[in-house]
Amino acid sequence: MAEWVSFWAMGGYASYVWSAYGIAFAVIALNIALPVWCHRALKRRIRRGAFTDD
Amino acid sequence: MVSLTMSKRVKQWFHRLGSLPYFYDVSARWAIWLAVPAVVCIAYAVIAGLVYVPPDYQQGDVFRILYVHVPSAWLSLFGYTTMAVAGVVALVWRLKLAEIFITAAAPVGASFTFLALVTGAIWGEPTWGTYWVWDARLTSELILLFLYLGVIALHQSIASPRAGGRACALLSIIGAINVPIIHYSVVWWTTLHQGATLSLTGGSNMDTDMLWPLMAGALGFTCLFGWLTLWGMRVQLLWRERRSRWVMKRIAHG
Repeated sequence: MAEWVSFWAMGGYASYVWSAYGIAFAVIALNIALPVWCHRALKRRIRRGAFTDD
Repeated sequence: MVSLTMSKRVKQWFHRLGSLPYFYDVSARWAIWLAVPAVVCIAYAVIAGLVYVPPDYQQGDVFRILYVHVPSAWLSLFGYTTMAVAGVVALVWRLKLAEIFITAAAPVGASFTFLALVTGAIWGEPTWGTYWVWDARLTSELILLFLYLGVIALHQSIASPRAGGRACALLSIIGAINVPIIHYSVVWWTTLHQGATLSLTGGSNMDTDMLWPLMAGALGFTCLFGWLTLWGMRVQLLWRERRSRWVMKRIAHG
């Protein structure tokens, strides 16, 4: 328990360390999610025949 | 059985790689070989960096930002360098895949340059007493972000994919001048930013317990960049070729 508290406290630098790691996590997660979403949406449009008429 | 010589095989492979349907199919299988080492290396770097590495004797625990800051800064330079190389390939050999590599890599590179700048700013406040200074390292890294954004903007503003691809290739090559400037900025100018801790030639100025997770982080981010760029290339390829028969065959009927 005390170990966890001191781990989260990061020697008094908790806000700096955790915000840096949090932003890093968000950047990586978005980089993974966006192409997957785009890929799915594009495949759906192709299947629906959105580009066959012209 | 006809046995192919090595050089013939390499030539054949290179030729097939130029074939877009072949690349689309085979890249899905390659992705796993980048995704697995990326996840393993980054997980090790983060856990070791946050838990097992002892606090720095001068900076305390805030130095743990190093394990995201340095790998993303490394990636910002590595990514632009690969784009410049792809730019040469795109202009000299007119390889479509090289053009697609540039436009797929640019948003990944831009986001990790942003990450390097933001984590640096967060680290700067408690150690330097300021989030930002206009010194050589920070300014040249900010210019790198604008170069990445420039490639993205160029790609989106030119309607013709071929003309847009060549413009992006040209900007990637010209902008690469900034890469050595960033690297040597801490040597050439007096800056607040510390000098290089890692060195490929002269031995590294860091304890091995701190060093290994950092190397793993840099390797993991490099694999992550490859993985994300490969995935982005597949999406862009599909978009470029959305009216072709091979796309129809794979997506609509497959």
